[in-house]
Amino acid sequence: MQPSDSRKTPLTFDTIEPGSGLAAALAKSRADIIGEVSASNLKGRGGAGFPTGTKWNLAAAARVHGEAAKYVICNADEGEPGTFKDRVLLTAYADLVFEGMTIAARAIGATRGLLYLRGEYVYLRPHLEAVLDRRRKAGQLGADILGTPGFEFDIEIRMGAGAYVCGEETALIESLEGHRGEPRNRPPFPVNTGFMGQPTVVNNVETLASVTAIFAKGAAWFRGIGTEKSSGFKLFSVSGDCDAPGVYEFPLGITIAELLERVGGTGAKAVQVGGASGQAVPASQFGRRIAFEDLATGGSIIVFGPGRDMLHVAKNFMEFFVEESCGQCTPCRAGNAKLLEGIERLERGACSSAYLNELVRLCETMQVASKCGLGQSSPNAFLSIVTNFQDEILGRTPADR
Amino acid sequence: MLVSQQQKLQEEIRALVARHGRTRAALMPVLQELQEKYASITDFAMQVVADELGIHPSEVYGVVSFYAFLHHEPKGRFQIRLCQTISCDLAGKARVAKQLENELGIAFGETTPDGRFSLEWASCLGMCDQGPALLVNDRVYTRVTAEQAHRIIEECRSVFGAHATQAAHA
Ligand SMILES: Cc1cc2nc3c(=O)[nH]c(=O)nc-3n(C[C@H](O)[C@H](O)[C@H](O)COP(=O)(O)O)c2cc1C
Ligand code: SF4
Repeated sequence: MQPSDSRKTPLTFDTIEPGSGLAAALAKSRADIIGEVSASNLKGRGGAGFPTGTKWNLAAAARVHGEAAKYVICNADEGEPGTFKDRVLLTAYADLVFEGMTIAARAIGATRGLLYLRGEYVYLRPHLEAVLDRRRKAGQLGADILGTPGFEFDIEIRMGAGAYVCGEETALIESLEGHRGEPRNRPPFPVNTGFMGQPTVVNNVETLASVTAIFAKGAAWFRGIGTEKSSGFKLFSVSGDCDAPGVYEFPLGITIAELLERVGGTGAKAVQVGGASGQAVPASQFGRRIAFEDLATGGSIIVFGPGRDMLHVAKNFMEFFVEESCGQCTPCRAGNAKLLEGIERLERGACSSAYLNELVRLCETMQVASKCGLGQSSPNAFLSIVTNFQDEILGRTPADR
Repeated sequence: MLVSQQQKLQEEIRALVARHGRTRAALMPVLQELQEKYASITDFAMQVVADELGIHPSEVYGVVSFYAFLHHEPKGRFQIRLCQTISCDLAGKARVAKQLENELGIAFGETTPDGRFSLEWASCLGMCDQGPALLVNDRVYTRVTAEQAHRIIEECRSVFGAHATQAAHA
């Protein structure tokens, strides 16, 4: 079948008139633009939750090396299993995303923008190019944007080529520079040494669209939604065992139980929050909140119904990481393979508790010793399943498969 | 490859490099266009790209081998990539996979002898609410059932054969 519209709730983005956010931003000084973003308390929607205002401030203060300029990169690599809200944003709200990039450019003094689109979404490219063309014609990109003297900025679309790790911001930059997508050591961070060695802001698609909404409606409005530490609304990509999978907008701070109610997933035995690199939350903890202060996520919610085999789930995630590890550092390259082997041993019912404990210690090593977020977070799913579903995974017989 | 074909490819790569700029950052876009047109990137193509960008061919090979969507080995005119990640797994990808294998007579990772179809696994395609999902070249199919496997393959054979990738088996 052909894809259908994923949206299951009205979105705040429906109420934002394209152009209004940019106009409001350009009426402010650069410092005030960053001040407004900081006042909104917006945190990155790509998963890590870094405060957007702080990131922009660092990039604005960073010195350009030589003649070249600063860059704004939109991270549209959306590879985390169970995440598809950026696809919806790029399909239905591309203006708001490009506008957020333009506001970021104004704030930090960038002249070039790049949108790194995952190869799997290449079918969106003609649409995105058309939106860019329209914005150029409307004076929203190019020279003297909306009559602002000296404000020049344009955006180019670049394609990924099927590598999850390229969503990691330094791997993404490596890829843009024509290299293998192998993460760099951080520091230095992209705000100082990013694309072509220049100060670069990398933001998620949803973060940038949210910036546009913040300028259209005000930081105070945004801050009024959500919790003290997790301001604003958030898009959730919901899949798995529920009546109505799709994209939902909820205020941050919603509990898993409330969310399950809304998506028709009550009775679930577990919910994976944060995708393969997140954790499997058992039913006993459904009162927990989805927020930066409790369960942080880029928006991936996968519901597991009562009949699901959690070891099978863990295996699928580990296969993913074995496949997607860039192989650059040993804890991740060898660790993920070892964990997958451990799962196969558990499947056969041949894993002692002592061996399981060794695997748990390996997880801890991977979390601290891996070079990038992939290896640091790949043990999460395994750990949460081993911890929360131990009775289900130990001493299995062929009948349990 | 015939000398005339090599010359043609060489000219083509020169034009690509001229368009994307003679910089290392042009490497991915150049390789992606070659991949799209020829379904694989041959040793000869890698050598020419390297010469044009002033880098060592092993650098080009390093990049080609890193990315799942760039291929050194010849691939079919139609590359079928079935999502193997969790949501599509829960939605029943295993049966779709089996039926695709049955229809094409090949296993995952293989190409049909006539060079028409390759069957591959993909990581999450971002269609998790509508799984099982698969890509045929750059076209996405959702909620695929085992019964539909045959129809999708037939569609490849007829409907959009005209503007599909031109396989470079010459
Ligand atoms: C393995 C890995 C994959 C990632 N994939 C993505 C991604 O697809 N999209 C994204 O926005 N951020 C992704 N990130 C996070 C980025 O490194 C970065 O933190 C983010 O783009 C910053 O934007 P934000 O502050 O607006 O969230 C990934 C991180 C890791 C470690
Ligand atoms: S942690 Fe994994 S993905 Fe990250 S650099 Fe190391 S090997 Fe590569």
